[in-house]
Amino acid sequence: MYVLGQQLVNGLVLGATYGLIAVGYTMVYGIIGMINFAHGDVYMLSAYLTAIALAVLSYWGLHSPWLLIVISLLFAMALTSLIGVVIERLAYRPLRKANRLAPLISAIGVSLILQNYVQLSQGARNQGVPTLIDGAFRFGNEQHFFQVTYNQLLIVVVAFFSMLGLNLLVSYTALGRACRATQQDREMAQILGIPADRVIAAVFAMGAAMAAVAGVLITLNYGSFDFSIGFVTGIKAFTAAVLGGIGSLPGAMLGGILLGLAESLFSGFVNSDYKDVFAFALLVSILIFRPSGLLGKPVVEKV
Amino acid sequence: MTAQAASTQALLSIRDLRVSYGPTEVVHGISLDVFPGEIVSLIGSNGAGKTTLLRSLYGVPRAKSGSIIFAGEDLSQVPTHQVAKRGLSLVPEGRRIFSGMSVLENLKIGQTSRADPAGAEEDLEWIYQMFPRLKERSAQRAGTLSGGEQQMLAIGRSLMARPRLLLLDEPSLGLAPLVVRSIFETLRTVAAQGMTIFLVEQNAHQALRLAHRAYVLSTGRISLEGPGQELLKNPEVKAAYLGGH
Ligand SMILES: Nc1ncnc2c1ncn2[C@@H]1O[C@H](COP(=O)(O)OP(=O)(O)OP(=O)(O)O)[C@@H](O)[C@H]1O
Ligand SMILES: [Mg+2]
Repeated sequence: MYVLGQQLVNGLVLGATYGLIAVGYTMVYGIIGMINFAHGDVYMLSAYLTAIALAVLSYWGLHSPWLLIVISLLFAMALTSLIGVVIERLAYRPLRKANRLAPLISAIGVSLILQNYVQLSQGARNQGVPTLIDGAFRFGNEQHFFQVTYNQLLIVVVAFFSMLGLNLLVSYTALGRACRATQQDREMAQILGIPADRVIAAVFAMGAAMAAVAGVLITLNYGSFDFSIGFVTGIKAFTAAVLGGIGSLPGAMLGGILLGLAESLFSGFVNSDYKDVFAFALLVSILIFRPSGLLGKPVVEKV
Repeated sequence: MTAQAASTQALLSIRDLRVSYGPTEVVHGISLDVFPGEIVSLIGSNGAGKTTLLRSLYGVPRAKSGSIIFAGEDLSQVPTHQVAKRGLSLVPEGRRIFSGMSVLENLKIGQTSRADPAGAEEDLEWIYQMFPRLKERSAQRAGTLSGGEQQMLAIGRSLMARPRLLLLDEPSLGLAPLVVRSIFETLRTVAAQGMTIFLVEQNAHQALRLAHRAYVLSTGRISLEGPGQELLKNPEVKAAYLGGH
């Protein structure tokens, strides 16, 4: 019973972070129809940016944990957005008219460049950040209990409000309308005066910022990271996006939560060594049996 | 040349325009003018190049040679998304509304290129007055509208830009005669309020009746031009475009 409770809590927390990262895959796919395989590495960069922000801020004598968290979040979001925009401009936009494989290969190239750059400049070993918030709510008695750490609570709350904010932005602002119009009919959007290139850049910025939220939160929670964390987490978030229906924003969020819960239950009750394999197996089966995902529109065969 | 031509400057003036898709030239050197306050129609049969001509104003595809002067400025090198800002607004062939968005959102997308964003509220009321159906369905998903309603929405969306020149590509396409008549009636109303209109149509009868002046496009060349009423009586036009009525 308590194990179940604990695995559900862990799954929800994990799922919230998958959802945050999945949003970037799904929005980019929605607007330009490509899988941005460098997205996981943008998430990885945000872990390093968190460490840099924390180091600089505490060097300056700032020790309030809340201020540290807020400033790290803003710093990482701003810089990863910029990096997302630069990647799109340099690696994808020039290939917009090429066949579908070219940007995909370019994305894998960007991913390798980011990983290698970080490995060379920061070293291959694990890096760490200090724990900022300690403590947990416990449910149960001395022997049998499950807990929600303050860090986990922070992740769920911040993830929730980030998602809410993004949803409001996409649903109710002129930029959000421009994104959706560009996604549906880019040429018509341009004819109506929407600067599609700038809208696409904005989508990369938004996706990267959401990945940075996940990166900062996860880093604060686990404390350690290295240059290769973007790969597995990236593929899982991609799985979440596919599960929810790639191209669908609510789908990415739902897919993230479901994948997080499934993975957590699997590792709690079946086998924790095979949890990554489980996620990949899930990805393969969705692609075979329901490629449009849970909330996606059926994929129309183009001849 | 009409008396108007001598006294006023054309709002849109196209000279020797050639447009091709790859090696295939589709528009073979067209010249035409649209003066402020006019309704000008261009009629032509399937594949004559009407859509190509309109789309070349937006650079999709870019003109191969010739000039497109709008309000004194050459548009032929202006990026697609900046053409609307100059004061043109296209109601495209097939309507191309944003089907996943609400009616109101579609109209708001239309105001992107307005010169005066502040006037948008007022124009929304004006459009809702002309098309009460759109007002009733403002929260409805645009993709669920009927064909006629979608055409109204496409026109409303373009009017939300408060353009200096409204371009329409076959607004009668696939619509019942009654709906077509009501749409042309609306165009007449809009024109009466000072909007300049350039209308491209296969429905020659309606288009010629509405127009002050008209051009006939046959396989990429202008073959005839004159006042709409005159072309309506022209035996060649009657035979080729009016089904001999
Ligand atoms: N994207 C394209 N690529 C190649 N050829 C094209 C393209 N679009 C149109 N064409 C060709 O250009 C010619 C003119 O087409 P266009 O669509 O301009 O005609 P239209 O007068 O608008 O016809 P309709 O009344 O059927 O809409 C046709 O022969 C058509 O096959
Ligand atoms: Mg056409």
